[in-house]
Amino acid sequence: MSARNRPDAVMVFGTCLIDLVDPEAGLAAMRLIRREGIRVRFPQAQTCCGQPAYNSGYRADARRVARQQLAALAGDEPVVVPSASCAGMLRHHYPRLFAGTADQALAEALAERVVELCDFLHRVLAVRLVDQGPPVTVALHQSCSARREMAVAPAAAALLRGLSQVTLVEPDHAHECCGFGGTFAVKEPEISAAMALDKAQAVAATGAELLVSQDCGCLVNLAGTAQKAGLGFQAQHIADFLWQRTQP
Amino acid sequence: MASAFRTRAGLALSRERVRGNIRRAMDGLVAKRRAAFPDDAELAQLRDQGQAIRDHALANLPALLEQLEQRCRVNGMQVHWAADAAQANAIILDLLRGHGAKAVIKGKSMVSEEIGVNAYLERHGIEPIETDLGELILQLGNEHPSHIITPAVHKDRAEIAALFNRHFPDEPCSDDIDQLTALARRVMRARFQGATVGMSGVNFAVAETGTLCLVENEGNGRLSTTAPDMHIAVTGIEKVVARLDALAPLLTLLTRSATGQPVTTYVNMISGPRKPDERDGPREVHLVLLDNGRSRIHADPELRATLRCIRCGACMNHCPVYTRIGGHGYGTVYPGPIGAILEPQLQGLQVQGELAQASSLCGACAEVCPVRIPIPQLLNRLRHEHAEGPTASQSPSQSASPASSQSVPIQAVPGGHRPGLQGRVWRAWALLHASPARYRWMRRTIGGMGGLLDGPFGGLLGGLFGPWTRSRTPPRLARRGLQDLARQEGFADD
Ligand code: SF4
Repeated sequence: MSARNRPDAVMVFGTCLIDLVDPEAGLAAMRLIRREGIRVRFPQAQTCCGQPAYNSGYRADARRVARQQLAALAGDEPVVVPSASCAGMLRHHYPRLFAGTADQALAEALAERVVELCDFLHRVLAVRLVDQGPPVTVALHQSCSARREMAVAPAAAALLRGLSQVTLVEPDHAHECCGFGGTFAVKEPEISAAMALDKAQAVAATGAELLVSQDCGCLVNLAGTAQKAGLGFQAQHIADFLWQRTQP
Repeated sequence: MASAFRTRAGLALSRERVRGNIRRAMDGLVAKRRAAFPDDAELAQLRDQGQAIRDHALANLPALLEQLEQRCRVNGMQVHWAADAAQANAIILDLLRGHGAKAVIKGKSMVSEEIGVNAYLERHGIEPIETDLGELILQLGNEHPSHIITPAVHKDRAEIAALFNRHFPDEPCSDDIDQLTALARRVMRARFQGATVGMSGVNFAVAETGTLCLVENEGNGRLSTTAPDMHIAVTGIEKVVARLDALAPLLTLLTRSATGQPVTTYVNMISGPRKPDERDGPREVHLVLLDNGRSRIHADPELRATLRCIRCGACMNHCPVYTRIGGHGYGTVYPGPIGAILEPQLQGLQVQGELAQASSLCGACAEVCPVRIPIPQLLNRLRHEHAEGPTASQSPSQSASPASSQSVPIQAVPGGHRPGLQGRVWRAWALLHASPARYRWMRRTIGGMGGLLDGPFGGLLGGLFGPWTRSRTPPRLARRGLQDLARQEGFADD
C-alpha cells in the first residue's frame, strides 16, 4: 500500500510494553483511528516485536518471537503502531533480521506496511482535532526512534500544535536520548539514570505540567525518574492525550 | 557484581566537575559543527562523497597500500610495516637508537596512544615529549587523553593553571587563557630546540603521490615534522586514500565535524625528506604503517565500515553516554561511539565486549558521522557476536597488509559467544513471546498480581529490573491487557 492513500481498514500493533503498563494508550490509538471512519483490526495473536532480544544480540530468540508477528499481522492493511521504537523494529530491522531466511519476503512485505501512529494520523489521514480541554502546557519528548529512525517526531508536534488550548514547549537538549534504550537501562543503570535525570530536570525546567511522547518506554523511564526525584510533571502517551483532549 | 566498565563509568559519573567540563565543551563543539554545516543538502552530499572515498580506499586497500609504499619510497621516505603494537614500538625504538636520540618530540597522535609508545620508550630510556598543548597537560598530570581531538577536555582552566604552577613554579600564571598558552609556548620552544627526532600521526596518506597529510592548530605538528633531523610518522593502514583530490572533501568534513573550523590553522603535506638543494626539513622520514587487528576488521564486509573513520570525534561530541562519563569512563584509547565499536574489535569481545553494551542505540553518532558509519548497526552486530558467536557469513579473505601473514578464514571479532544466564533468560523470554497462548497466560498472570513490577514475578524479572528501580519509581502494571480491552471495545481480531 502507499502510506499516502487513506485506507479503509488498518491493523494495530499494540506493543507489549503498552499492553503491560498502559493499555489505555493502545485503546486510545484505536479509537482515534476508528473515529476517522476507518475499520480497526486488533489481531489477538500479536505479542512483542522482538526488539529487546534483537538489541541485546540474541537474534535467534528475536526471530522466534518476530516470526509470530509475521503470522499475526498477515494481511495487506497498513499496520499502525503507537510506538516509534517498535515501528522502527518492524520497519527497519525485520528485513535485516530475516535476511537470507525463508521469511525474508514476508518480513519485507510487513515492513512496507508499518506506519507510526502520529505519522498515520497527521500525514496519511490529515486529521483535524478539536481541542475540548482546558489550557495546558505540554512538553513533547521526541524519542530517538521518532526523531531519527522513523522521522515522525514532527508529526507528533504538528498534532499537538493543532490543539488550540495546548502550549507546546521544548526542553533543553531536546534532541538527546532519555537513557531508556530498552535493555540499556538495565545493563548500564547508572549511566541510564544520569541521562534520565538530566532529561527529567530539563522537562521540569520548562514548567510543563505534562510530558507526552510517542514512546511508552521513554515515558515509563522519565515518569519514574521524575516521581523519584520529586519533579512535578505528569507523563502521558500521546495517543491517550490526544484522545482525552478531544472528548466533549 | 559490577563489571570493570560499570565501576569505571560509575566513578566518572560521580566526578561532578569533570562531567560539567565535558558537557560544556561538548555543547560548544556541537554548536560549532552545526554552524559549520548550515546547508543540510550540501552536508548530505559531502557525507556521501566522504563515504565513497573511504569505501573506495578500503575496497582497494592492499593495492593502495602497495602503491603508497612505492610512492613514498620514490619520495625518499622509508616505509615500515608493523603487524601489531609491539612491532611498531620496536621499529620506533630501533630508529631512535640508530639516531642516538635520548628524547623524541611528539605531535598529537592517537595511534601512538594505541601502541602505548610513550610508556615503551620511557622503559627503554628515551624521553617522549608531548608538544600538543592538550597532550602536554596530560603528560604533566600523568593522564591519558579523554577525547581524540581535544585530549584534555575534562580539565578546566583553573585545574590547568594549578597544574602549570605546580610544574613551573618559576613562572607563576593565572587561569587566563592567554597567560596559560604563553607559558606553554615558552616551555615548548625550549623543548623543540635541540630535538633531533620528531614523531607524528597522519590524518590521510595519499597513495598516488606518497603524501602524508597532517592537520593541526598549534604549529607543533609542523615543528615536530620539520625541525628535527628525523621524522617518524606512525599511522593505521586504513588511513590511505587513493588520490590527492580526495583530501579537499575529506578535510572539509574532518575539520568542520571536529571543531567547526572550515580549515585548520596548519595543513601539513609531507612528501619526503629534505632534498639535496633544500636548506631545511628532516633528513630522514619514516612511515610506520600499523595493522594491529585492522586486517581482521577489514576482512568482514559489514564491520569494515569501522575503518572508514576519519577520527573527527563528532560521534563522541554528540553521544549522551560520552557526555556523561567522558573518555576516562570508557577506559580505552578510543572512547565514545567509535571506541565502542573499534575497541571490542581490536582487543576482542572478551576484553572489551561490554563497550558494545554502553549505548542506548540512540543513533546520534550515526546522524553526524561524516563518513556515515552505521555505528548502532555495528554495535548490534558486536552484541550479536558476543551473545551467539561469529556470524556465518564471513568469507575467507586476503590479508590487507603485507605486515600480516594471515590468509586463512579468520574470525572477525575474537572472543564472542558467552552462553550463560543471559542466554537462558532470553530463551525463556522467547518461549513466552513466541506463542500467543503462552503470552496470554503470562499477561493474565501478571494482571492477576495487579501490583508493581517488583512483585512475585521477581524470580525472573527481579534480576532484570532490580537496577531500574534504584532511580525510578516502577510503573504500575495494568490489571487488564490490551487484548481484553480491544475485544471489549469491539475491535475485531480479523
Ligand atoms: S566514527 Fe565517524 S563521527 Fe566518530 S570519529 Fe569516526 S568519522 Fe568521526
